[in-house]
Amino acid sequence: MINLALSVGATKTPEAALFYFLAPLSVIAALGMLVVKKAVHSALLLAWVMISLAIFYIAQDALFLGIVQVVVYTGAVMMLFLFILMLVGVDSSDSLIENIKGQRAAAITAAIGISGLLLSLISRVTMVNDAIGLAGANQNGNVNGLAEQLFTKYVWAFEVVSALLITAALGAMVLAHSQKTKSKFAQRDLSIARFRKASLGEAAGLPGSGVYALHNAVDVPALLPTGKAAPTSISAVLEARGDMIDSKSFEMKSEKADE
Amino acid sequence: MSIANYLYLSATLFTIGAIGVVVRRNAIVVFMCIELMLNAANLAFVTFARINGNLEGQVVAFFTMVVAACEVVVGLAIIVTIYRSRRSASVDDASLLKR
Repeated sequence: MINLALSVGATKTPEAALFYFLAPLSVIAALGMLVVKKAVHSALLLAWVMISLAIFYIAQDALFLGIVQVVVYTGAVMMLFLFILMLVGVDSSDSLIENIKGQRAAAITAAIGISGLLLSLISRVTMVNDAIGLAGANQNGNVNGLAEQLFTKYVWAFEVVSALLITAALGAMVLAHSQKTKSKFAQRDLSIARFRKASLGEAAGLPGSGVYALHNAVDVPALLPTGKAAPTSISAVLEARGDMIDSKSFEMKSEKADE
Repeated sequence: MSIANYLYLSATLFTIGAIGVVVRRNAIVVFMCIELMLNAANLAFVTFARINGNLEGQVVAFFTMVVAACEVVVGLAIIVTIYRSRRSASVDDASLLKR
């Protein structure tokens, strides 16, 4: 094994290359989340950030967490996000108008402040002289090491978390449940309503549209016995839009006119 | 490369998530930004686990993931409920107290 005369907690070259390649990309993707208009694009960018974080976990000897990150976050959580996006409407884009004056500027100023604080804090703090690394802790494999911690020291937290999961599942079911206050208006109810009307004229339903030798679509009214167009035989929408064809144009012309 | 670079990345991602929570209006995007902040914190936990040479940081990160999953399930259910009654997922539209 090559000893690279590591300075304080330095990493080997391949990991550094990986970091310098992926870290800017993930920061760019995270910034993109803020500026893209559509929620779906935000979700895809977030998925990219999560996958690169999974790669970082694996690079940092957290194999189990890396896999869980891909399975739980990019798999389940992002899928849930996309599912809800489909439910709520994919094209529900953000309004970019500020409702509170100067909120965006204030937010960005505060963010620069907090990032300055965090970054300067990290740069000033003295780390342990040498990053110990997980070679010792991962002796029996990362999963075994984690399981040992989880089921001895943190077993109580583990049980509490299981209760939390059940509560969350029940809560989601209660929140998503919707009860119909009255039953749906079905064909039978419509029929009864027709017969309860003052006149039985429409009891058999409205007349169908006109059927002519040259045209039998829904945009031509049928003819009444008197020879006039029946107004109820076509949709009111078509009439209002002006898409109705006058049934006069299909009238049989008299023999005299032909001659 | 110093291991502290991971901490810088974590702080940056956390800040970006915080901006998103304040600036974006769509409730779902706000939620995604919260996820980003949780993920950034997880990266810091994993890095500290490596610096300190024990797995406790990783265990905490694991618990964070579980709690985040719960939070997403309940939060999205709330968003769907609000959407059902208001036909909008914008956080600005839920301002009944103001009007």
